[in-house]
Amino acid sequence: MKTCLVVDDSRVIRKVARRILEDLGFEVAEAADGADALAWCATAMPDAILLDWNMPGMTGLEVLRRLRREPGGDVPRVVFCTVENELDRIREALALGANEYIMKPFDGDIVAGKLAMAGAL
Amino acid sequence: MTPQDRAAVAALCAERAGLRVDPDKEYLLENRLGPVARREGFGALSDMLQAMRDRGDERLAWATVEAMSPAETAFFRHPPSLEQAVAQALADFAGRREGQTLRIWVAACGAGQEVYSVAMLLDELAPAGVTIDLCASDLSERRLEKARSGVYSQFEVQRGLPAQRLVRHFEKRDDSFVVAQRIRQMVRWRRVNLLEDLSPFGPFDLVLCRNVLGGLLEPARMRVLGNLTETMAEDGRLVLGAGDVVPGLTAHEQDLGRAADPRAA
Repeated sequence: MKTCLVVDDSRVIRKVARRILEDLGFEVAEAADGADALAWCATAMPDAILLDWNMPGMTGLEVLRRLRREPGGDVPRVVFCTVENELDRIREALALGANEYIMKPFDGDIVAGKLAMAGAL
Repeated sequence: MTPQDRAAVAALCAERAGLRVDPDKEYLLENRLGPVARREGFGALSDMLQAMRDRGDERLAWATVEAMSPAETAFFRHPPSLEQAVAQALADFAGRREGQTLRIWVAACGAGQEVYSVAMLLDELAPAGVTIDLCASDLSERRLEKARSGVYSQFEVQRGLPAQRLVRHFEKRDDSFVVAQRIRQMVRWRRVNLLEDLSPFGPFDLVLCRNVLGGLLEPARMRVLGNLTETMAEDGRLVLGAGDVVPGLTAHEQDLGRAADPRAA
């Protein structure tokens, strides 16, 4: 079973995302901030990461930057999931190694479509 | 809506555009036609249908048919078949002599996502110097208007469109995303009812008519298929959708349809 780490400081978003991802057949783990997310990845790299941008402590962009420097950090397919919807923000995320980008609000079809485009399904 | 109203709408859609409308789907009918009635200033849908009958109002009749024609669309639907069709058209065209134009038609383009997907692929794949005539048509003038504008909501650009293509081919305007002018100006628009004589329209090297035939009644399906093949160049290709099964296709038509969506096979 593929694993997906949901990184978001909102418990509601994590819960909604978990339900969608479990329906898609993922085993889901959750992290409420960047440090927690990187700790998860150091233990076991997930197949996919759904990553918020604005979180307390460390931004999603910083999480991605650090993740990609880690051994095996190139493996997870990273899909941003954020309220940031400016094209320059999306370009920035893609340039740092994000595989896809979801602008909130989202639904199950968008998540499934974007994970497929990212090669995570 | 009364059962008589629903049956009348289904009959109208069948007569004007060959559309298969199930009169038992009351919710669908009211969902699609309610906004038309409000837009046209009627207090209730039944009032609009009554006015249509009493006055023989052609504009209302077409507004009804257009609203009932399938509108479901997304960017890059079934990307492998779309990419294969465009790449094949470019490869076939590569051997032709200089000065010729590659002609592509997206029939029933809806709100424009399909034709802009083709335009994006051509922008990415076509060698410099290739002259391309990309046409798009739809039954609905309102949908063509929306398609021409190239303006899509955040929700719409997340259906089928990879982020790399969003940043490459779109601009942001307030809360909407607008297809770049470079892509928009590749497309020529026209209102077309596929049941009408299309022979002056063409010849096309590639015709995309995906997920249209499946929504038509049997006689209309064959007539539209015949009309489409009339518009095609001798060695042209027709791409259909997964649900566009056409029983009784002749050998000639099957040959023309050889690039049909592999999912339909």
